[in-house]
Amino acid sequence: MSRRLLFILPLLTLALMAGFFAWSLMSGRDPASIGSVLVGRPAPKLDLPALRPGEPPLTDAVLRTGKPVIVNFFASWCTPCLAEHPLFTRLAEREGAVIVGIAWKNKRDDALQWLKRLGDPFRLAGLDLDGKTGLDWGLSGVPETYLVDGQGIVRRHFRGPITERDLNETILPFLKGAAK
Amino acid sequence: MIPELGHFSLILALAVALVQGTLPLLGAARGDDRLMALGRSAALTQAFLVLLAFGALTQAYVTSDFSVANVVANSHSAKPLLYKISGVWGNHEGSMLLWALILALFGAAVALFGANLPDTLRSRVLAIQALIGVGFLAFLLFTSNPFERVFPAPADGNGLNPLLQDPGLAFHPPLLYLGYVGFSVTYAFAIAALLEGRVDAAWARWVRPWALAAWCFLTLGIALGSWWAYYILGWGGFWFWDPVENASLMPWLAGTALLHSAIVVEKRDALKSWTVLLAILAFSLSLLGTFLVRSGVLTSVHAFAQDPARGLFILAFLLAVTGGGLALYAWRAPQLQGGGLFQPVSREGALILNNLLLCTLAATVLLGTLYPLFLDLLTGNKVSVGPPFFNATFVPICAPLFAALCVGPFLGWKRAELGPALLRLRVAFLVSVVAAVVALTVIDSRKTLAALAFGFGVWLVVGSLMSLADRIRTGTLRTIPRATLGMVVAHAALGIVVLGSVATSSWNVELMQVMKPGDRISFAGYDVRLDRVEELQGPNYIAERATLSVGVGGKPYTILQPERRLFTVQRRQISETAIQTNLLRDFYATLGEGDARQGWVIRLYLNPLAPWIWLGAALCALGGFISLSDRRLRIGAPSRRPLAQPAE
Repeated sequence: MSRRLLFILPLLTLALMAGFFAWSLMSGRDPASIGSVLVGRPAPKLDLPALRPGEPPLTDAVLRTGKPVIVNFFASWCTPCLAEHPLFTRLAEREGAVIVGIAWKNKRDDALQWLKRLGDPFRLAGLDLDGKTGLDWGLSGVPETYLVDGQGIVRRHFRGPITERDLNETILPFLKGAAK
Repeated sequence: MIPELGHFSLILALAVALVQGTLPLLGAARGDDRLMALGRSAALTQAFLVLLAFGALTQAYVTSDFSVANVVANSHSAKPLLYKISGVWGNHEGSMLLWALILALFGAAVALFGANLPDTLRSRVLAIQALIGVGFLAFLLFTSNPFERVFPAPADGNGLNPLLQDPGLAFHPPLLYLGYVGFSVTYAFAIAALLEGRVDAAWARWVRPWALAAWCFLTLGIALGSWWAYYILGWGGFWFWDPVENASLMPWLAGTALLHSAIVVEKRDALKSWTVLLAILAFSLSLLGTFLVRSGVLTSVHAFAQDPARGLFILAFLLAVTGGGLALYAWRAPQLQGGGLFQPVSREGALILNNLLLCTLAATVLLGTLYPLFLDLLTGNKVSVGPPFFNATFVPICAPLFAALCVGPFLGWKRAELGPALLRLRVAFLVSVVAAVVALTVIDSRKTLAALAFGFGVWLVVGSLMSLADRIRTGTLRTIPRATLGMVVAHAALGIVVLGSVATSSWNVELMQVMKPGDRISFAGYDVRLDRVEELQGPNYIAERATLSVGVGGKPYTILQPERRLFTVQRRQISETAIQTNLLRDFYATLGEGDARQGWVIRLYLNPLAPWIWLGAALCALGGFISLSDRRLRIGAPSRRPLAQPAE
């Protein structure tokens, strides 16, 4: 009898897997979305010293002006940040997007030097030297980017560098949709 | 008119497949010769009809017939001819038609070359093959009709997914499908054997060429896909453990196990029910791959249109094929009696170890691929199972597999001594230890595991060649069977793949730098200068092309021109990597985002031994083809004997 059970085992494994597949197809989940606890919730607190000398501190008031805001955590030591940087430049120059840059665990001079070299697309910029604000925002590394609507609610969260495709398919529609 | 002809012949093909899938089966059960003879002519007719349909769709693509919805969605008049043709299978409907075509062609091949098969076995194989065809043809006709018309016809099409507009990818799907679908024949043979209740040496010999052919094509298909990922995705890697890559790797592992276990059935009349199970699994895993890609259950770079209705259909089909096969297996396989007895240390024992390890590898890949899906459904947690998991699980299981791989051919059938076999391999062992030590001291003293893996690669190459040398000592090169020669080539080629993968992933050098025209950087001993970045107009894209002058020791060495293409119709960007190779290493450059004011992001990689990965894979497939040309497979087994064939 136990020998026969052994021969039925492959069939049982298949039944189990098929059950999961059917469940998955029916549930209508989107495998591409990466969950973030922040999406749909008010953005965490912002209270950071300004990155650029002579500017007022960066507070969360900027997230509640009625205009959509892009919040980008970056660092001069981070290579993927380099890759996504021109996209932010384009967003700021061509779309007039409000982009808030937060230098994460980065020395002020290094970050400023980096922006000087590559161009500075940030309307406002803060410095999160000890990384505590990053913790509040649920950051797992840099770069990460948040789309915040004019009421201070986080609508999207990108982990890793944004791409041309994110720009066209998510960010631009978000800016247009939220502006109405 | 022609698309309607295509549609119509597809409907006829379905009708013929229904006949082919039922009457010969009935004939085999009743011993009716006329019903059994129907199988052969039906298989040829079905292949002709599907070929006609495929030709009709190709014609619509080549002439850019925009009254056909499929052409509108996936083609564009400004596309080069090669991509108009490859566009036929560069979409969901067309690729399913290619599946059905290859399936029907394999059926026709069994009908043509299966003259030496017993009538009942051939009829059953053809019928099972036709029943699989029924599933695919019905799927095409009811959910994914490639011949649907649009009215009024638009002026131009939407263009093919730019990622697919590449010579490497034009041939990747046909090769991969030849592999996937080739395993349908071994599946059909397994089911037919279960129906007949008979698995013997003759059966194994008949199955072997089909399993070998499928395996060779799958090897080439996977290699081509990996090469494509290497130079089009532009991150310097060659294997990303993407669900779709995994989906093709699983049937390959099961198919490799099948190739080896079928030898035991053929030579020693043992491992019968296990071999039948592997034949069912190899094809089931191929179908599983198709299901995972097409249903939208998992996310991946292969973005075909995803539709739950199609997903449910493929799932039902997967269940019918796999579930039906495994149910029959659970019912009939316990009656299969094994023949040959053997000691644990023997050729049989080594092949069982090979099978256990290969199946563990396949199970590991399956688990890693499906675990995120299961966890998400059960708990809502999103996890991503990536390279760290596979490096930690897959690679260690390879170590005993590779270690045993060279020893197996030195062991005799039935019973063998491990000591003398190892003694004959001492040179290979010494050479690989030296290679590992050299790698550790000369190349990188921090990467111990890489050096060890490199040693394993050398062990595979030298150990396999030594088994050949051992044979030559006892005979001459000409008297060695092609099957043995093929085995040696394939085993040594695997070593070459291992060497290439280890070197590329462990000892590569990379640099990412923002550069403006005129900027120079030094990179791994080379002096790289960005000369200029210019705009180009391609047939259906606009591109930025960077020109990098590479010099070494003050002398010009080579010029690299990576591109970034924007496909205007789809508004998608693709990077076209520039690779300069000397077969020992690749100099690899990509052009990233940027503009004249800020400069461009340039990524440079120096990938040691990278070309060996694909050279090795091609050689591996070549080994399979050499084995396929073996005399004993051409003449086939003369007659079925009640007892085992004598060991060689």
